[in-house]
Amino acid sequence: MSNISIMIAGVGGQGTLLTSRVLGAAAIKAGYDVKMSEVHGMAQRGGSVITYVKLGDKVNSPVIEKGEADILLCFEKLEALRYLDYIKKDGIVIVNDQKIDPMPVIIGKQKYPEDITTKLSSNYSNVYIIDALEVAANLGNIKVLNIVMVGFLAKSTNIKKENWYEAIRETVKEKFIDINIKAFDEGYRMADNYSR
Amino acid sequence: MKKLMLGNEAIARGAYEAGVHVATAYPGTPSTEITEAIAKYNEVYSEWSPNEKVALEVAIGASIAGGRAICSMKHVGLNVATDPLFTVSYTGVNGGLVICVADDPGMHSSQNEQDSRHYAKAAKIPMLEPSDSQECKYYIQKALELSERFDTPFIIRLTTRISHSQSFVDLGERVEVPVKPYNKDFNKYVMMPGMARKRREVVEERMNKLNSFANETDLNQIIWGADNKIGVITSGVAYQYSKEAFGDISFLKLGMVHPLPEKLIAEFASKVETLYVIEELDPFIEEFLKQNGIKCIGKEKLPTMGEYSASLLRQKLLGLEEGNSVAVEENIPGRPPVLCPGCPHRGVFYTLKKNKLAVTGDIGCYTLGSLPPLESMDTCICMGASIGVAHGMEKVMGNEQKRVAVIGDSTFIHSGITGLIDVVYNKGTSTVIILDNSITGMTGHQHNPATGYTIKGEKTRQVDLVQLCKAIGVDRVTVCDPFELDEFDKIIKEETSIDEPSVIIAQRPCALLKTVKYKGKVRVNDNCIYCKACMRIGCPAIVDTGNSIVINEALCVGCDLCMEVCKFDAFEKVGDTNE
Repeated sequence: MSNISIMIAGVGGQGTLLTSRVLGAAAIKAGYDVKMSEVHGMAQRGGSVITYVKLGDKVNSPVIEKGEADILLCFEKLEALRYLDYIKKDGIVIVNDQKIDPMPVIIGKQKYPEDITTKLSSNYSNVYIIDALEVAANLGNIKVLNIVMVGFLAKSTNIKKENWYEAIRETVKEKFIDINIKAFDEGYRMADNYSR
Repeated sequence: MKKLMLGNEAIARGAYEAGVHVATAYPGTPSTEITEAIAKYNEVYSEWSPNEKVALEVAIGASIAGGRAICSMKHVGLNVATDPLFTVSYTGVNGGLVICVADDPGMHSSQNEQDSRHYAKAAKIPMLEPSDSQECKYYIQKALELSERFDTPFIIRLTTRISHSQSFVDLGERVEVPVKPYNKDFNKYVMMPGMARKRREVVEERMNKLNSFANETDLNQIIWGADNKIGVITSGVAYQYSKEAFGDISFLKLGMVHPLPEKLIAEFASKVETLYVIEELDPFIEEFLKQNGIKCIGKEKLPTMGEYSASLLRQKLLGLEEGNSVAVEENIPGRPPVLCPGCPHRGVFYTLKKNKLAVTGDIGCYTLGSLPPLESMDTCICMGASIGVAHGMEKVMGNEQKRVAVIGDSTFIHSGITGLIDVVYNKGTSTVIILDNSITGMTGHQHNPATGYTIKGEKTRQVDLVQLCKAIGVDRVTVCDPFELDEFDKIIKEETSIDEPSVIIAQRPCALLKTVKYKGKVRVNDNCIYCKACMRIGCPAIVDTGNSIVINEALCVGCDLCMEVCKFDAFEKVGDTNE
């Protein structure tokens, strides 16, 4: 099997690190070699955060480069636009339909770009904009939006559902397991609806 | 059992399995998780030391006493620890001693990009460099063993992509290593000139032995490829990039980067047609080859700055252009890191800007106070520098133009205390603001001597910052809350107008601490006249829609600073205010 490169982009505090850990754990369960890369520090203070998850028979570099990502899982719309050039021509883009103004926009120095959805769709045929935040809010905890996204992404991989469940169980804190499993199921169901 | 681990976690695991007794560190990205992970093992004594110099000294003491010890820090931390480093090279060790240093090519979270390999050479200390998490575990075990065998400290060099990448690690059991007997040995451990001169010769003999060892050890490996047209000498994460870019060519993969294996390199070089040296940052390996008259291609084609990648290598060495990606539009607003909603530093910088004070800054979350819209920081050099820099500026500019030094609680303990002593001793009049947020924030919430808790969360004696500053000789020490804006403004004005040194301890805990619970959220009411005064505090939860101000409820923590700033009572509290 050729390697699958998944790039996760978001805003500090949105749970990108936990997401990559769930992805990594699920890939291990499925028997893949896995490498992941993340950058800590400054990025956690509301900055732009990216993490890489690469899986396959044998992974060398832990880093995903421009034009290499099979899947971009993006927690905020502007961040999808920012990392557009990392996605392969036939890559999959999954975007949480949420807008978080960065500081240059907040202080009025720059405008938040419009028509992000159109810009994504004009470049890629596999673009999914989903309202993971609303799903998470309905479940009673907006923090699980990341696992809703994971559930949606799961449909695009060969990893079995049980492997995802196990990965969630061993990655998230015990008292949050149930709500995260529900979040996963919701995301998975949304992907089902899309493919129908 | 196989587990996915960060390079840093794998270092911790390796140290644990190798029976390490003592682990010390001062937190610093990207090295912090090493000691955080070790702290979870109860068999190992671990500590956050006040700074890297003390951390290394404690590790040296543990080693001399016969225990195995590791000491971890980021690259700039090694600058702080170099004083003991250069001399422990002479004394050697009793129990194994390893210093782990994490470099940050590309400066993801650092103020410079120094290459720590030069320290290994300058201090005559052997250095290993792993290329994935499994090697992190193996190398630390090996380094502890070799440290005892060659009677020398070892350095393990990591980089951000090794420290913060996860890959598989085979877990083993801890092997208890008995503490070695301690024998008082004046000639080995008391470095006065007479003894040091003798030890200097020992160091030279040791380097000779290590030179031969480098040619034999399995840490350095030749991996022959399909043919010998291209050969690459590389180490660390650059090996992974090279493997990805070139595939099945021949490699001399160096696990030991100091001393370098002269014979092995010569042998490899003689058997390949084109030889590349691929290393991030300085031409450390390349210069060694050139000194030995070995022809190779390195920095003439590759940068000496920033991180490498497989595509960079393909582009620079194979002339392949990457054409597989779409263009990103220009002018996408950046998303720089910001002070969090509820951050106590926001009140400080808002007030400093209002008073148009020159501000010498320091290293921590609060360095973000230099960015718009707060923009209130004139300098940031290194840990602890704020106070010395303020004092130096005063000696040139006089104290007509007022300035203050801002420094975090942990940074003050790390290396700000001596700066304050200098101000007092040498008749300065600087005002120092200690930003006491009850935690070491930027590196992800570590305890420090001012928090009153140890690395394991146990209660301990707490440094009293007020008493400390008074003991140094500062008569004017004021403790205040930076969110009481009027009061804080008054104190700032008063302290900066006095002709003597003063300290303001701005006390309010980090908003991310679990113990900090603000009630309810803020909402904008009809009183708002859209004057935008609230935008000056730079809170990410306050949004200017173009014709009105709204609160982003998902971000607002209810700290109320905006209510303090607004002159029109346009912010009001909603939600769980009665809880």
